[in-house]
Formats: sequence, structure tokens, C-alpha cells
Amino acid sequence: MELFELTAHELHAKLDRKETSAEEITKSVLTRISKVENSVSAFMSINIDEALAKARDIDGQIASGKPITQLTGIPIAIKDNLCTKGAITTASSKILQNYIPPYNATVVEKILQAGAISIGKTNLDEFAMGSSTENSAYKVTKNPWNLKTVPGGSSGGSAASIAADEAILAFGSDTGGSIRQPASFCGVVGLKPTYGRVSRYGLIAFASSLDQIGPITKDVTDAAIFLTAMAGHDPKDSTSVELPVPDYRRSLIDDVKGLKIGIVKELLGKGIDEAVKRSITEAADLLKKLGAKIEEISMPTFEYGVPTYYLLATAEASSNLERYDGVKYGHRSKEADDLLSMYYNTRREGFGPEVKRRIMLGTYALSAGYYDAYYLKAQKVRTLIKQDFDKAFAKFDVLISPTSPTVAFKIGEKVDDPLSMYLSDIATIPVNLAGIPAISIPCGFDNGLPVGLQIIGKAFSEETILRVAYTYEQNTEWHKQRAKL
Amino acid sequence: MKYETVIGLEIHAQLLTESKIFCGCSTKFGAAPNTNICPVCTGQPGVLPVLNRKVVEFAVKTGLALKGQIAKHSIFARKNYFYPDLPKNYQISQYELPLVVKGHLDVTVNGETKRIGITRVHLEEDAGKLVHKGAAGLKGSTSSLVDLNRTGVPLMEIVTEPDIRSPEEAKIFMQDLRNLLVYLGVCDGNMEEGSLRCDANVSLRPEGQKELGVKTEVKNMNSFRAVQKALESEIKRQTEMLGSGERIVQETRLFDDTTGTTTPMRSKEEAHDYRYFPEPDLVPVEVDKKWIETIEKTISELPAAKRARFMKDFGLPELDATVLTDDKALADFFEECLKLYKNAKNLSNWTIGELTAYMKTKKLGIKDINLTSSQFAEMLGMVDKGTISRTSAKSALIKMLDEGKSIHDIVSGSGLTQISDEVKIKMIVLEVIQKNHPQVAQYKSGKTTLAAFFVGQVMKETKGRANPEVVNRIVSEELNKA
Repeated sequence: MELFELTAHELHAKLDRKETSAEEITKSVLTRISKVENSVSAFMSINIDEALAKARDIDGQIASGKPITQLTGIPIAIKDNLCTKGAITTASSKILQNYIPPYNATVVEKILQAGAISIGKTNLDEFAMGSSTENSAYKVTKNPWNLKTVPGGSSGGSAASIAADEAILAFGSDTGGSIRQPASFCGVVGLKPTYGRVSRYGLIAFASSLDQIGPITKDVTDAAIFLTAMAGHDPKDSTSVELPVPDYRRSLIDDVKGLKIGIVKELLGKGIDEAVKRSITEAADLLKKLGAKIEEISMPTFEYGVPTYYLLATAEASSNLERYDGVKYGHRSKEADDLLSMYYNTRREGFGPEVKRRIMLGTYALSAGYYDAYYLKAQKVRTLIKQDFDKAFAKFDVLISPTSPTVAFKIGEKVDDPLSMYLSDIATIPVNLAGIPAISIPCGFDNGLPVGLQIIGKAFSEETILRVAYTYEQNTEWHKQRAKL
Repeated sequence: MKYETVIGLEIHAQLLTESKIFCGCSTKFGAAPNTNICPVCTGQPGVLPVLNRKVVEFAVKTGLALKGQIAKHSIFARKNYFYPDLPKNYQISQYELPLVVKGHLDVTVNGETKRIGITRVHLEEDAGKLVHKGAAGLKGSTSSLVDLNRTGVPLMEIVTEPDIRSPEEAKIFMQDLRNLLVYLGVCDGNMEEGSLRCDANVSLRPEGQKELGVKTEVKNMNSFRAVQKALESEIKRQTEMLGSGERIVQETRLFDDTTGTTTPMRSKEEAHDYRYFPEPDLVPVEVDKKWIETIEKTISELPAAKRARFMKDFGLPELDATVLTDDKALADFFEECLKLYKNAKNLSNWTIGELTAYMKTKKLGIKDINLTSSQFAEMLGMVDKGTISRTSAKSALIKMLDEGKSIHDIVSGSGLTQISDEVKIKMIVLEVIQKNHPQVAQYKSGKTTLAAFFVGQVMKETKGRANPEVVNRIVSEELNKA
């Protein structure tokens, strides 16, 4: 087996036993990138020289006896909406074409401190707005399982890079499903932590009350390791929570006996592909066989998730994106002769159609005379959705559902149908609205395309969802299958 | 028809914290452009605000002094509007659930106490500064530069109820509020430099009517005098319009200090829709009882209490007490001096007389001048003992202030000490008598009023430093002997 095919924990073991070096690992991954990146297009930028230099530096440190962490020498792909000091960060938008952040996102700083190697920045839907990565202003990323299909989004570049073995770990960010849905489409593991578990400082904001950074990995163990490394309170993010961070590897217990699992009824009905339903039902059966108590649960507010989300997320986005005005950084229109025309033309040229659509939606929802009917109403529904989850978690340890109603769809299939695109996040959005954690793990295939199982937990119960995910993974072979490139 | 004036004020006070409201940058004024900045206050992608606790403490302190209710739970909101001095193109402010509600400030207008209600006190961030080339404003300029040093400097907005009934009342309220803020140490109160700003909502209504008339908002009043002047002009304008049957248009008007009038800036139709919504990047501000109590302990004596104490304990007239306590630093200085010099009224006379006059001409505050309380007290003591005359003391004080010397140095250096030494005076008197034989003869022949002439001559010889009583006595003694 090649080094690039291994997981972070496998590579760590090899490094620990001195069977390999950071340089060998990095070279292996870079070689893999050089072979498959042309067909996958997962990356916005690749740090060949810096990555190799850092790897050699790390090897020097290891040789001099410096203790290694779980992330030492591990090549990590960084979604291009995470700020990297001195390295272009675009959020896949034209408006940030040449933007070089003067600082590192907290999570980036953390993994660099831990000795990880930043291998490159991955493609995404512009400002993380999308479910297919087709909204990138730069390139279309392909699903490694079938290059004619999308990798999902918005963390499509990150998920594809993991599925194509172009990175060992990848950062994603999830506002309405942007980690889990591409993980599902690409047959990898993606975890959206509880809101406040991971610092958002340095994550280019889409919707502040929903955004959360999380791991995209090859298996559940790597997700636990990576989450442990990125989680924790950050004095730079007041919404990050002051709770101790457990070593999430400790929750990797191959046992679900006695756990109560609710299977969400609304997500096994209309609008969900038969093949997907089948995979989820089979997964539920397996978990039952392994000792869990499975019961159906109705989540009546789920159907309001998508409309609620598209009011709240767009409202926040309309404000978050106001700073891209051509004054301070990023794109500034050359066709400007006064302030207003600079604003108008900069934003007209800099933003893509989906971003503009959402800015307009959000501006409308916040406008005088509409605020109560849209933004405020949506906040109330958000509370109801949270209460629905509270009720469910009074009875169940975790909830399960498909991550996405379908497997990966064809490139171009939904670009002209935003509503149908929005509905592909129907299962993931309520989780963000409630601020709770969820993981997507591979649970089957349909026509050679992966199906994802979503496991949802209550706030700060990452350990429980990791345990269920790990148990399922240990008793299945899905995660061992690799895309053939 | 007679109209009643209704005024409400919105005051912005820059808070005197060391660092900005949402980042660690310095709030220091006057630094080179764009040096007190960081990723947060320049609105880089991905940054998040973190609330400075000190800012909350300052606002709570103010809220307590204004007898307001401190909200246990308050939130920040985003006020969205595009302008190049606002890097995020939204200002983090408070909208619903402000930090302080329902307070008041009692002011004295024409000898009567009047209570002005405070609707709310809230926190927000200041914007940056634009420097235009080729024109005074953005419009017409060939280019404009942005300085973000001021961006994120903490501002406290104080909104009054429409309780103010005249421009004079508005001015007095502003002066008293300023004193209060300076006393609290939360704002330097400088209106000219813009660290204290004031906007006014003005309307008229027929006397006896309850409903408010259509209001205009008056901006750009940069001094207490300007507040009064602007409001007088705006009320005159509104009165004339109503008198001629015209309707008042709701609009924002800009005061021009040189013309003394207001001109329209934007109408209600052009008013921004700020699309306020709760700031998702900040958690609610929770202020518990314990924190309030800790903050309360940091509040020292406030102007009204100090004024009352100065009258009661030092026996000062109201005018003296008011003038002294209007300036906290001056009041502190006065009390320092009083520890060393016990005649309060005399100290007050000198403080609000000579000393204040000097500070006014030099445009200095008590903290900027070359005079310690002990130097001042010592000088007054010497006047009382007769070591120097009042007249000499006045010129000596100016010398002390100008050169930063002690009274001792000046007195010994320039010979200002009153010449009380009888022998010395006697010698001079004898000299004068010798030089003025004709006058002595006239005196002897009964023209005793000439004694004054001799006294005058002696004073002239001594350049006024001789103790007049002693001179009088010796002159008459010697003339009668001669």
C-alpha cells in the first residue's frame, strides 16, 4: 500500500515506529496529487515547496527527539474559506481573487503548531454557498467515484481530496450540510461539531450563527483525532464554548448495546431515493443487530428546516458579505468613477450568481416591513426545530437519517434549479439550526456512488455519535472501498 | 398660536478605555494613520469581535450615575450601511435590549430643578476617518483616504426623553451630563475634538397639546454654545414655518456654526433602512448583581453631591460651589489646597478669580498649569500674614504660573517681600522728609493732609512693597518730630 492511501492514525503509527518520514508521506501525497488532480480538480492552490520544506523541518525535529503529536507530519488540505497567513485565500470567489490574509485561522494555527503539513487549499462553492461546488468562481471539482458527478458542497474540494487520496485529512466547514453532504457524496467521513465546539476565528463567514468547522477524513478514527486537535475555546471567538476538550479517540468503542437510536421518519419518505432509503434501513438493521434499540421518530418541524435556513442564513450572509466593497482588499472594479459605482461594479463583477441571489434574499428578509414576517418568524421556527430535537433527545441517544436524499448528481444537473439544489440539504440543515453535532459515514453504494448515513447527537455529544459511527464502521467494509482513479 | 418646544437629545461619548471595543488595538488619539489597527478592526474576512469588558463597566457606571436600570441581559445588533469609513459596512451597536434603560438627570434651570429622563444608554463602535483630496467631502473629491485608527473606539450613546423645553435647558443638560461623564472618568468630554457629540430632535406643538409635532434632527453641534445656537435657530425656523401655515418636513438638518443656521441633509424618504438584526458573532452581555456592585464601588462623588458638600462643609455660596465643582480637576485642586490653607472663601475667590482667569487666557486646564496645591496655599498664607501684598501676590501668581517657580523663589529673587522692617522703613521715611522740605513746612503749618503725599513717596521708593500701615504710622511720627 502506498503512503497516500493510509489514514492519519496509520501514518502516525508508522512515524512513531520510524518506518517512514514526514517527507516521504508528503512526497507520496504530492505525487498522488500530480497524478489525479487534473481529473478531480479538488484544489485551489497546492503548497509543493512549503509542504516539502515543512516536512523536512518536521523530520529534523523528530530526529532531534521532539515528541510527535497525532498530526505531526500529516498532510492536511484546507478549505479555501479558512484564512492562511501569507497565502491567498479566495473562498472561491472572484472578489477575493488576490486576497492574502494577514493572519491564520485559529484551527489552522492549531494544526500547524501540532506539526501538520498544509498541503493546499481546496475548492468550494463561492463563500460556501452551494451543495455541489459548482458555484466556485474558478473550477468545477469532480467526484472521484464518477468524474461526471459533483462531489457535493460546499466542501466539495476537501471531500474529493480525501476520496481521491490527495490529502490525509481535510478541513471542511458546515453551515447547512457543507461537510456532511460532500462527505456522503464522496464516500468519506465528515463531522459537523456542535456550534461553539470549534473556533470560527478565521473562517470566512457565510452565516455566523450556523457556521462550524469540522473534519473530513477517511475513517471515523481520523475524524476523532482531527476533531480533538481543532476543538476548544478560543478567546478570539466569543461564541466558542469554554468546555474541556476530551480525547475523542477514547469514545471509539465498538459497542452500541443499549443505545437508543431514533430513525427520522420524515427522512425516509417522499423525496428520498429508494436506494438511499434501503441503505439507511439496512444500516439501522445492522445497528439493531449490534445491540442498539431502534425506533422510528417523527420530527414534524423538519420540513420547515430548508425555508427557515434560507431566511436566516441569507440574512446573516447579506450582512457578512457587506465588507467586500473594493475599499480595503480583494477585487476593486476598474469601472468606477465615484464611490457608488465602485461599490456597485466591484460587487457586480466580484460575486457570482448564487451569492448575489442569497444577498438579495437576505437583504429582503431583514428589510423594514419584512423583518417580522421573515427573519423574526424564521427565528421562531428555529426555536421550534430546536425544541423538536430536545424532545427527541429526551428519548434517544442519537438520531439517524440519510445525509442526503440522493447520491451524487450529475454536474450541471441542478445548476438552473436552485430550489432542487437547496432541497439536497433537507436532512442536514435542521442540525445546523439546532446547533447540534452530526457525522456522515459511508453506508452503501448506488450505481457505484456512495451513500452516507447521518448520525445526529445532542449538543456536545460528539463522543456518542463517534461511538455509534465507529461501531458501524468496524462492522462494515464501506469505508475501505476507494474510488478508482 | 403659542408653541411649546420639545427637544430630545442623542449624545455620543467616546469612552476612555485603553483598547478598542472589539479588539486589543490602542484607542490613543493622534497616531500616524492606520497604525492602531489589526485584522479585527479593519474588517478582514473571517475575523470576529470580542467585547472589551471595560467598555461594559464604563457604561454600567454611567447607567448607575444616571439612576438607570442596568439590564441583566443585553445584546448587540448590526446596523447595516455602506460607507468607506466602516470596514465591515455594518456597525456593531445595540438596538433591542440595550445595556441601560430608564434613567434621569436632574438639572437646575433658572434656579429650578428639572428632571430629564434618559431613555437608554447603549454601546457601539466608532467608525474611521476619511481624508478627502480636492474637496471638503467625499462628493467632488479627486480621491479619499481612509484612516481606520478610530474604527472600533468605544462609543456610548445616551438618548434622552423629549423632556427638554428650551435651547438653554438643552445646553445646561449637556454641560451637566458632560461634567458627570468626566467625573465618572468614562469620557474626556471634549466637544470640540468630537469625543462628546450631540444630536437633537426638535419639534414644536401648540401649547397644551399632548401629541408631538413633526420633528427634525439637528446634527453637527460641536460646542455647548453651538447646541444652544443651533436649537434657537431651528426653533425660530419651525415657528416661522408653522406661523405661515407651512408643514414641517421630517428630515435631518446640519448646523453651520458660521452662519448660525441649519440646512437639510437628508429627508425621511432618503433615510437608511439599517436592517438591524442581532449580532450573531457576540454572545449576550450578562451583568449580574455582583458585577454591578463592584462597578458601583468605583463611582466617586458626583457633581451635585460635591456642590452640596462644598456649600455645607466649606460655607461657600452656591455660585462658588457651582463654578468649582463644574470642573472635577479644579474641585480636586481646591480641596487639596484647603488641606493646607483654611480660609475657604478666600481660596475660592483666588481659584475662580485669578487662577481661572489665567487658565482661560492660556486655554489651559488645572492639570496643565505649573502650580501645585501647596505652592498656591503657601502664597495665600503669605498674603494673609502680610508678607506680600495682594497686588504683589497677583503678579507673583502669574510669574509662578509662567515660570513654574515657587513663591519663595519669586519673592526672594525679585524683592516682592513686604518691607515691614521698621528700621528700613524709617530710613526711607527720613530720606523722603529730607528731600521734601517745602512739603514738610506746609504740613507743619497745618496742612496735615500732606501726610498722604509722604506715604505715597515712601511707597514709590519701595515699589509698593512696604506695609502701608507701618508706613502711615512712621510717616506721622516723623513728621510730627521734624
